[in-house]
Amino acid sequence: MGLIREIIKGLRVTGSHLFEDPVTVKYPQEFRPKPQRFHGRHVLNRYPDGMEKCIGCELCAGACPARCIYVRGTDNPIDEPVSPGERFGFVYEINMLRCIFCALCVEACPTEAITMTHLFEMSSTTRQDGIYTKDELLMAADGSVPHMFPEDEFADLGELNAADGWVRATAPSGAAAYEGVQMWQGTAGSASWEPEPSQTERDA
Amino acid sequence: MELADILIVLGRVLAVFVLLMVLTLLNVWLERKVVAWMQSRIGPDRAGPFGILQTLADGLKLFFKEGITPQKAELGMYILAPFLAAIPAFLTFMVVPWGETVTIAGRQIPLQGAELNVGILFILAMSSMAVYAVVLAGWSSGSKYPLLGGVRATAQAISYEAALGLAMVSVVVFSSNQGDGVGTLSLSQIVERQAGTLSNTFPELPGFIGWLPNWNLFAQFGAFIVFFIAAVAETNRAPFDLVEAEQELVGGFHTEYSGIRFAMFFLAEYINIFSMSAIGATLFLGGWQGNTFDGRVWPWISAILPTIYFLLKSYLIVFLFFWLRATLPRLRYDQLMQLGWKRLIPGALVWLAITAVASGLYQFGLPGDA
Repeated sequence: MGLIREIIKGLRVTGSHLFEDPVTVKYPQEFRPKPQRFHGRHVLNRYPDGMEKCIGCELCAGACPARCIYVRGTDNPIDEPVSPGERFGFVYEINMLRCIFCALCVEACPTEAITMTHLFEMSSTTRQDGIYTKDELLMAADGSVPHMFPEDEFADLGELNAADGWVRATAPSGAAAYEGVQMWQGTAGSASWEPEPSQTERDA
Repeated sequence: MELADILIVLGRVLAVFVLLMVLTLLNVWLERKVVAWMQSRIGPDRAGPFGILQTLADGLKLFFKEGITPQKAELGMYILAPFLAAIPAFLTFMVVPWGETVTIAGRQIPLQGAELNVGILFILAMSSMAVYAVVLAGWSSGSKYPLLGGVRATAQAISYEAALGLAMVSVVVFSSNQGDGVGTLSLSQIVERQAGTLSNTFPELPGFIGWLPNWNLFAQFGAFIVFFIAAVAETNRAPFDLVEAEQELVGGFHTEYSGIRFAMFFLAEYINIFSMSAIGATLFLGGWQGNTFDGRVWPWISAILPTIYFLLKSYLIVFLFFWLRATLPRLRYDQLMQLGWKRLIPGALVWLAITAVASGLYQFGLPGDA
C-alpha cells in the first residue's frame, strides 16, 4: 500500500507540471537573460581617444591557467604611438578552443585592456578559426566591437558590446574604502557605468 | 458475395490501416509533447505547427536510411522479424469496433475491421504473436544485447499475458449479467451490452448510482487495474521497459536494426499502445457508447459522435501510458517477475472467482433457493 501511495505522489508531481510554464526557451530564437558578470568572448579595449589599452606586458598570458593566450610586446613607434605607454602588444592571440573563460587574464591586466563580453556562440568548422587574432579581438576606434558573423539571422549584435561584469565590481582593490567609487575606465560599448551596489549595502 | 460487399470489407480494412498510421504519427508526437510538458520542457516544435509533423519527418528520415545488416545475423529471420512485429499489431486492432454500425445506401456497415465472435481470443493470440517478433529479432541479430533483450521480452510477455487474459476473462464472465445469462467473447457484443446507464445492468441500484454510464469499469475496477498494468507490461512501456533498457541493453532487441526495419518496430510499439488502450476502452469504458443526441442535432453529428467517444476514451488510457512513462523509474527484473506472478496473477484469479461467484448468485440466487 505504501508503494501505491508513493506512485500516486509521483503522478501528482508530473501531473502538476503539465500545467506549468516550461523552464526552457526556444533557444536560437529566444535567449535566457545572461547574468551581468557572464564570462563570454574577450575583447581588447581602447581608450576613448582611440589608443589601445594593451601595453604588451604579457601578464594575462602568465596568469592564464589554460595557456591559451599568446602576446608579443614591442616598443611604440615614436611618431605614431599605438598605446599611451612605452610598449604595445603587436601580437595578441587567444586560442578559444583551450580557453576556460575563467577571466584570470582580466584580473591580471593592469590597464583593463582585456575584458569579457556576453558572446558565447563561437563554434567554428576548423581549428584555425578557434584561434582569435588581434584583428578579431580589438574593438573599433569608435568603441564598438565588430561581430564575427553579423549577417547571421540569430546573431545578437548587442552581446559583444555588453561589458564585462568584473570591471564593474565594487571596491576593486579589495578595500572597503573604495566601495561605490568608480575605479575603472569605460569599456566597450559603454562610456561609464554606475557601480554595482556594494556588499555592505546589500547585506544591510 | 457482391462486388460492393467486397469493396466495403476492403474499405473497412483500409480505414483501420489508415486510422492506425495517422494515429501513430500523432501518438509519437503527443507522447513527446506530454512527457516534455511534464518535465517542464517545450518538446518538439520545429516541424509544422506545434511540431506535429515531427514524426513524419523522423519517419521519412528512417525510410531513406541504409538498413545495416550485421555480419553474424541470421538473415531470413532478421528480415522477417520486423514484419512479424508490425502485422500482428495491425491485426489486433482489426477486431476492435471503433464506431456504431452505420447504414449507407441500405447496407449495414459495422465500423470495425472484422466482426469476429471470438474477438478477445483473437486479441490474445495476436499479442502473443508479437513476442515471436521480439525474440526472433533478438536472436537473429547475432549480438549479445539484442539476445538479452529478446530473452527478457519473452519472459515478461509470458508472465503478463496470463494476467492480461485473466482480466479479460473477468469481463467476459461479467458480461453474462448484461445479456441473456451467457457471456460473450465478441468485442462488438461487449460494447453493445454496455449501452445506457448502470441501471440497465443492475435495476435494483438507487437512482443516483444507477444514473452512471453502464461501463464495466465500475463493477470490474479490479480487472481494469490488472488489465492496465499488464497492458503496460505487454507493450514494453515504462516502467516495464527493461526489454529495451537503454542504459544497459543499448536498445534491446532492436539494437542492430536501422532504417525502415527499425521504423517497423517503432510503428508496432506505438500501434500496440493504441490498440491496448482501445481494447481497454472497449472492455471497461463502454467503447463507442455515449450520448449521440439523436434527433436533436444534425444526423451526421450523431453518426460521427460514437467514433469521437471511442477515440476520447482510448486517448484517456493512452494518456495514462504517457503519464506513467514520465513518472515511474524502471522496475528491476526480479521486481517485474514478483509483481507479475505474486501479485497480478493471484489478484486476477481472485477477482475472476469473485466475479464468477457474484454473477452466479446474482443470476440464479443462493443454491437451494429455487
